[in-house]
Amino acid sequence: MGAQQRIYRQKSRSVQSMKKITRAMELIATSRVTKARERVVQTTPYARAITRAVSAVATFSDVDHPLTLERENPTRAGVLIITSDRGLAGAYSANVLKRSEALRELLQDEGREVVPYLTGRKAEGYFRFRQRTFEESWTGFTDAPTYEVAKEIGERLTADFIRGAEDGGVDEIHIVYTQFINMVTQEVQVVRLLPLEVVDAEEAASEEDLFPLYEFEPNGPEVLDALLPQYVTSRIYNALLQAAASELAARQRAMKSATDNADELLKTYTRLANQARQAEITQEISEIVSGASALADAK
Amino acid sequence: MSALQVELVAADRMVWRGEASFVRARSIDGDLGILPGHAPLLGVLVAGEVSFDADGTHQTVTIDSGFLSIDHDRVTIVAAQVDASGLTA
Repeated sequence: MGAQQRIYRQKSRSVQSMKKITRAMELIATSRVTKARERVVQTTPYARAITRAVSAVATFSDVDHPLTLERENPTRAGVLIITSDRGLAGAYSANVLKRSEALRELLQDEGREVVPYLTGRKAEGYFRFRQRTFEESWTGFTDAPTYEVAKEIGERLTADFIRGAEDGGVDEIHIVYTQFINMVTQEVQVVRLLPLEVVDAEEAASEEDLFPLYEFEPNGPEVLDALLPQYVTSRIYNALLQAAASELAARQRAMKSATDNADELLKTYTRLANQARQAEITQEISEIVSGASALADAK
Repeated sequence: MSALQVELVAADRMVWRGEASFVRARSIDGDLGILPGHAPLLGVLVAGEVSFDADGTHQTVTIDSGFLSIDHDRVTIVAAQVDASGLTA
């Protein structure tokens, strides 16, 4: 077998084994994305209940809570960037990071110092490589985040927000995460987490769902005190879960196109190998023929 | 008298929903007993047990801090974490 042929065989063997790997990763992502989507759906009752309760308290007691208070002239803005721990998910993490860069520029133009909080090893790597500082990072859970992690992040962010910019905290907090819309569409979203904007529950429009005159136990402000941190945590938890589902969907898509590309490459290499073999045969024939005719001429 | 529509919700799932004739939960100010026809209430719960009577059986679960809302005989108990191992129905 000629050298050229051997090279093509080698290449197609390595492409074949890569194809097996990407195919396996695609299948794994497919099975996990279903679970991740279910988790998003399962947290909806909690999110709804807590939103309803918060807006009920906000409607009936005109209390200014530190977490809802807009600060004048904010100088430091925290940004929570939610990316993945592992790569091989197409542009998933890159999109989030690109968007957060845009947000950083916007905030800096408005005269605010940006304080990054990171989740996912990809974001951490991005910041370390550029030798940029970040306030805190959480890693190791991005494809299946738990409520405990959300709580930990929530407590840290809330504490820094309450501390305020003068004491080394922040004046506002934004989240950059990827919203899961469906299997083919995931959109990077930027939302402001703190100070909270309490949106009235959507269903309040119908007569039956108007808030009754609640009694508060122990009292309005204290109920709000207990509710708002939980509300913050539930928002973060939801963002983490959406990001996890998006990550897996992005990985599935990336691995599918990698598998397709491998198929394409295999086809090309097979053709090239065939061509090389044919060329070799043609050359051998013409060598034999010319050798024979040289012998005949010599006689 | 009508029954209470109870929803017991944890951060990551709906734990239990159904009808109950009586719900007991521990709020910051002390134990709360809820029967049908209770006034609308929004209360903060502390870590402890929540129990309710449903279909003639007495069920108990353990929650960490959370809150509870009652309006028009709809009781929603919300907690970050719910230990539902004592739940039989």
